Amino acid sequence: MELQTILEPLGYEFFRHGLIAATLTGALSGLMGVYIVLSHAVFGGAVVSALLGWNFFLGAGAWGFLAALLIQGTARRRNIGADAAIGIVTTASFALGVALISKTRSFEQNFESALFGNILGVTPQDLIAIGAVSAVIAVAVFFGYKQLLFTIFDPEIAPIYGISTRWVDAGFALALAATIVVCMNVVGVTLIAAAIVIPPAAARLLTDSFGRLTMISIALGAVCGFTGMFVSYSWDVASGPAIILLAASAFGVIYVVTGAARGVRGRPRNTAPNPILNTDPHFGGD
Amino acid sequence: MHAVSGGYGGADVFGDVTLQIPRGQFVGLVGPSGAGKTSLLKAMLGGLPRVSGSVTVGGVPVMPGKPPAGAGYVPQIETVDWSFPATVADVVTMGRVRRMGPLPWPNQADRRAAEEILERLGLAGLGRRHIRDLSGGQQQRVFLARALIGAPDLLILDEPTASIDVKTRDDILHLLAELNRQGVTVVMTTHELNAVAAHLPSVVCVNGGVVAQGSPLDVFTAPILSRTFGAEMRVVRDEQTGGLLIAEAGWHGPFAEPRFHHAHLHDEGIPHERAGLGVSGGSSNGHAAHIHDHDRIHEDERTIAGVAD
Repeated sequence: MELQTILEPLGYEFFRHGLIAATLTGALSGLMGVYIVLSHAVFGGAVVSALLGWNFFLGAGAWGFLAALLIQGTARRRNIGADAAIGIVTTASFALGVALISKTRSFEQNFESALFGNILGVTPQDLIAIGAVSAVIAVAVFFGYKQLLFTIFDPEIAPIYGISTRWVDAGFALALAATIVVCMNVVGVTLIAAAIVIPPAAARLLTDSFGRLTMISIALGAVCGFTGMFVSYSWDVASGPAIILLAASAFGVIYVVTGAARGVRGRPRNTAPNPILNTDPHFGGD
Repeated sequence: MHAVSGGYGGADVFGDVTLQIPRGQFVGLVGPSGAGKTSLLKAMLGGLPRVSGSVTVGGVPVMPGKPPAGAGYVPQIETVDWSFPATVADVVTMGRVRRMGPLPWPNQADRRAAEEILERLGLAGLGRRHIRDLSGGQQQRVFLARALIGAPDLLILDEPTASIDVKTRDDILHLLAELNRQGVTVVMTTHELNAVAAHLPSVVCVNGGVVAQGSPLDVFTAPILSRTFGAEMRVVRDEQTGGLLIAEAGWHGPFAEPRFHHAHLHDEGIPHERAGLGVSGGSSNGHAAHIHDHDRIHEDERTIAGVAD
């Protein structure tokens, strides 16, 4: 592929907007990758806010935040597991959104974008929202990193060392809801879970350090978002699937290469399941 | 602790506990699984969601969500997520989270403190290792290092001797004794009665509340231990060394000779249910001793009642 062909789409404003949005949301998804479950809950909020004429970002964000708190509260009851709480709240909320759409049938176009993403429809307002959310979350994670790490690693012990895990939980729920809402227009709500889970899962194969994992995950998310946009334009496929397939391919390559390296070294690495993928310690409460 | 009850959601895990641990003590909490030992420790640290009664550490009240200053806690290592991406240095510096600056990475003082404590605990040079890539004893010491890096006056440990071999267990107990000699108050839970009898100066028997408290020589008697663990226990005193050897009286176990059981129970006229056949049948009311010797039962019950009251 010639350089001219690669650079051609940069001449279009819609593509430049989409590229910035995809890169930023890729990085943001990589950063927030520990939390993968709220996207479907936010969808319900988006539908309700549209029906009631609320601002999309505020309505869907508030809904996502409340859903996160509801999951945390439900999971704190010892006889209901976090997985069950997540399943109940997110699927019920998603189902509510779908039910309202099927009932009213008044805004199918917008919500198809919300479901599957529409990078070409990224407006300057969207870009401002994505940039603002990325900046605020980056600063919050930077200064709250130690508390966040302790809370994720050891949620029962962190309070004994003076960390208010409830505030950390609430703050992260808010950040996650905001992330999903601003990512929704880029990759779509149905693909956002993959956008959030793949970068940290791939990074986990490369490092045993949480700090390095965070950096690799952010970089991988950004690179996949950036590159996926060009793939989307060149091959004329939807941007969301292009980004996700690229991320999945990167994961596959890293999986094979690290597996081969493990075979050469002759010792096991990361034999235990990936906690970032198969558990949800934050929402597990106690 | 004065008249303290507590739990997580519904029923209390322990109730009406009054317990005083003097500064500078080295105390072991013993009791069966589910006796409330871990919950008692958490109540001391403000980590139990629901607590009634009065808990103070160093004269300062402790409440849920408000841990005492100067306390370090070492959890059961079985509860640790060993696949979590954290190095030894990551875990140890967590213990300084309240002292560290606003940046996400440790500064030079934090790193030096971590290196010093790792060296002191025989873990020098392991800071960059993943926590899973260590032996059981090393893993235990990593979490001890996390507690000690904050220079605590009170060190609370939950089952620090579980899942490690005898030599490592003794090393850890000697290390704790050394810390205690340096002025640190140490409170730990354990199932290792013989280790407690051999190493610890003070013990508290727990089963939903405090059954007895004192030195192992005074507290580790067959009646008290039987009541604490709900199973027939035997204590043998070595007359030469004065040491204690504690064991479950295994003759009533599931593979005990049936003829013996039936004949014995028949002689005593005790129905099986009440005799506490099976592990859980003994309960904490002292009736497990019925099987052994009818005359001694009543003597035992009086002894137990005297201690408990």
